[in-house]
Amino acid sequence: MTAIEDRPTEAPEREVGKARRRKEDARLITGRTTWTDNMVLPGMLHLAVVRSPVAHGKITGIDVSAAQEAPGVIAVLTGRDVAEEQGSIPCAWPVTPDMVNPGHPSIAVDEVNHVGEAVAVIVARSKAAAQDAVELVDVDYDLLPAVLDMEEAVADGAQLTHDHLESNRSFHFVFDGGEAGTGADTDQAFADAEVVVSRRFVQQRLIPAFMEPRSVVVQPQGDNYTMWSSTQVPHILRIMLAMVTGVPEHKLRVVAPDVGGGFGGKLQVTPEEVISLLVARRLGKPVKWTETRSESLMTAHHGRDQIQYIDVAADREGNVKGLRCRILADMGAYLRLVSPGVPVLGAFMFNGIYKFPAYRFECDGIFTNKTPTDAYRGAGRPEATFAVERIMDELAVELDMDPLELRRKNWIRAEEFPFTSVAGMTYDSGDYETATQKALELIGYDELRAEQRRRRESDDPVQLGIGVSTFTEMCGLAPSRVLGSLSYGAGGWEHASIRMLPTGKVEVVSGATPHGQGHETAWSQLVADRLGVPFEDIEVLHGDTSVSPRGLDTYGSRSLVVGGAAVVNAAEKVVAKARRVAAHVLEASEDDLDFSGGKFSVRGTPGAEVSIQEIALATFAAHNFPEGMEPSIDADATFDPENFSFPHGTHICAMEVDTETGMAKIRKYACVDDVGTIVNPLIVEGQIHGGLAQGIAQAMFEEAVYDADGNLTTGSFVDYLVPSAADLPHFDTGNTVHEAPGNPIGAKGVGEAGTIASTPAVVNAALDAVRHLGVSDIRMPLTPERVWRALHQGGDGGDRATAGTNAWGGAQTETTAGVSTPQSALGGDR
Amino acid sequence: MTQINVRVDGVTYTDDVEPRTLLVHYLREQLGKVGTVIGCDTSNCGACTVHLDGAAVKSCTVLAVQADGGEVTTIEGLAPNGGLHPMQKAFHEMHGLQCGYCTPGMIMASVDLLKENPDPSDSEVREGIEGNLCRCTGYQNIVRAVQQAAGEMRTAGNGHTSPAEVDTAAAPHVAAQQ
Repeated sequence: MTAIEDRPTEAPEREVGKARRRKEDARLITGRTTWTDNMVLPGMLHLAVVRSPVAHGKITGIDVSAAQEAPGVIAVLTGRDVAEEQGSIPCAWPVTPDMVNPGHPSIAVDEVNHVGEAVAVIVARSKAAAQDAVELVDVDYDLLPAVLDMEEAVADGAQLTHDHLESNRSFHFVFDGGEAGTGADTDQAFADAEVVVSRRFVQQRLIPAFMEPRSVVVQPQGDNYTMWSSTQVPHILRIMLAMVTGVPEHKLRVVAPDVGGGFGGKLQVTPEEVISLLVARRLGKPVKWTETRSESLMTAHHGRDQIQYIDVAADREGNVKGLRCRILADMGAYLRLVSPGVPVLGAFMFNGIYKFPAYRFECDGIFTNKTPTDAYRGAGRPEATFAVERIMDELAVELDMDPLELRRKNWIRAEEFPFTSVAGMTYDSGDYETATQKALELIGYDELRAEQRRRRESDDPVQLGIGVSTFTEMCGLAPSRVLGSLSYGAGGWEHASIRMLPTGKVEVVSGATPHGQGHETAWSQLVADRLGVPFEDIEVLHGDTSVSPRGLDTYGSRSLVVGGAAVVNAAEKVVAKARRVAAHVLEASEDDLDFSGGKFSVRGTPGAEVSIQEIALATFAAHNFPEGMEPSIDADATFDPENFSFPHGTHICAMEVDTETGMAKIRKYACVDDVGTIVNPLIVEGQIHGGLAQGIAQAMFEEAVYDADGNLTTGSFVDYLVPSAADLPHFDTGNTVHEAPGNPIGAKGVGEAGTIASTPAVVNAALDAVRHLGVSDIRMPLTPERVWRALHQGGDGGDRATAGTNAWGGAQTETTAGVSTPQSALGGDR
Repeated sequence: MTQINVRVDGVTYTDDVEPRTLLVHYLREQLGKVGTVIGCDTSNCGACTVHLDGAAVKSCTVLAVQADGGEVTTIEGLAPNGGLHPMQKAFHEMHGLQCGYCTPGMIMASVDLLKENPDPSDSEVREGIEGNLCRCTGYQNIVRAVQQAAGEMRTAGNGHTSPAEVDTAAAPHVAAQQ
């Protein structure tokens, strides 16, 4: 067992920092994957959901007889049929003690509150038979007025989204820095200010639009159930399904196989998951439900949708004095898993990287007769970052200052870290100046400014603008103690196990559940360094509650920062146990052992060494083991962070705007992000690229539009504009590295940075191109029509095109709802 | 039911299908060719792209009966003998995928693009794969991958395949940043 030759000890090559290509790819590039919808079980039945075509109405009758008799149909269930067992879709985040939750049946029983809500489910022998029978269910509705506009919803005498509630307000959340002791009195700051700039920003409604439609398969085995679901959160789903349906937690196994993207959109406990479990329980047969794209866009939760009233106070020299935010956040018709928590997370980020002495945040969660909103990439931080980065530009205009100079004057300086913000967050590390300098060089800032001047002077029809976003965000959800103080229903720790197999191979079990992020590769790199075993000898297991029994899954840029930290801590425990065995085997004191490159060696005794992989075999045999030690060197670890981590960066966008057509086109985009220690630069770059695409898409392309009757008119990829390769520019990316002190890796999180930072940089750039022509705001997305109208008619470009979309609102009015309003008669959208 | 004869990934099948059956449903449900996936139902996303008689088609927009007498290649049959097509290898090497759901269709569309244009510029790749949506990557690494595969295929010829095993060595084009 001891090695024969004496080799000089040299430091092994570190895996962390290497641009390892991904282990995950082999099955994905060859089509040998395990998407949930690929699964076929003997006797499996197929579900199709009958959905409400009206935004708000009483169900006065459902006739399922024709559907029941249709070929291949096994059963048809209505809300009434499952009313006693379906419970309510859970909301885990009561952000205030008096938050109003109307309850959320998986299948509507008496009333529907948004278009697309489930009213019945067909169970049939084939998917086609189930879908054919959907058409045969006859539902009668007594129509009620639809609430679609948040500002109207909070006005006196507003119509009600839920007529059993007193108002459309779910909650009123306040964070006041003065009251919290983290800042000065905000009203006084504004009263004393030399300059106040106020703006109303609209965060349009977005759809996460993961590429893999949601899918669920449930297999009953006696009183046990296995659910495969295209979910980001198998662990949370298992707990919540047990609570909602009464299937005991230990009788339920949830598996997330390969999952085709999530972006927060699969951080949910969905009605369809509950329905699938109920049907499988009732019929004792395996069932599958897979959505169509239209169902996905219409009924999977949406994101963003805020109206932001932002006031900033400053002196004439450009020193900021106070920030005041009043937010209306659209919850849609119901509260889902973390719907109320999304805008509340933003409360701690509106102040951005700036030293506001005073800060007050108020948010009203509003019900409307639309699809519920919940997490979408960034969840609260993109909204906050947009508001502060836009208002800083507006303040710069008001003060006639360079927007970068204004930012520099007010941002936290490198030597001031750790810095406690006016929102009470302790920013861990960073250097905004260096990141900004690097980004300016990367984009060629001075040349672009010179070109901008030339185009202005020559009155070029194509104008150039440059927009900046200097951002930070909070990652690594989350310290359990902080979540507790915000009334969240769970902790924010993460769990990992390491199993040392007899042949020296290593299984790493992670409670974080990837859906494209590359955990299998990055976790292998972490463990390879800590255990000194080859990268190839490590397998990462995840996403199955029977394999990975403890975990809180993947969202909020938490996997590496929290889950990776748990993996590292588990590896350290393995090494500690193995050290004891090594000392026993080598007949040395533990204190005399060095551990490097996967080998324990006795200091000063050349040749006396044993590898950790050899110890794994010795542990399996357990023939010769230290007295009193159980024969295992496996280890578990649960990591609960003390603090969030705070990635930051500077994003710069150069935008061309054709003043004759309104066409806006990104000419160049450069960003420098500090995400702490980089475990795999290839994956980090990929995460930044993908994040940028989604942030730019919010600025330029995407919007979930409802017509005046509450129909989603962007219910397919024909109308909901997920950008293609031809719509997006090349990105120039760079990094600075300031390690996060709060975890053993030093990583800060990268999953959401690109999305959070990019949206305001793009809008600031477009405005910079045309501000001299009298435009001070353009609503997102910056469609050519909006830009043209802002240029030629004034204002912010207004609502989406009066012509609506292909699914024109006016044309649908008489047939779907039978109610004509001034807006619907004009085909107007809301 | 209508009877069709179709050759898929080198195997000939004779099957009865409903006239309304889409090619993608036939591939997935009757043949078990689940490497080809469905993303949108409206022919916008391209996740279901396969080759029919040598040209890329969105298999959600083709009826199974239209493939009667035809030859279909899916991602599962792109490289003979279980190897990797240069495009598959390039997507891996350039990190042109994250969740991987769009990847089969993206690869099939990109292979078809190179038939038309064996040496596309950045913008020609972007225009050429416009009919395929990816939500994860922001496309930049996909563009890199297509160009890398183009280079390899120009030197080695179109029939070239690599061993099936993917190489997880560090990507040379990305500098370690520690």
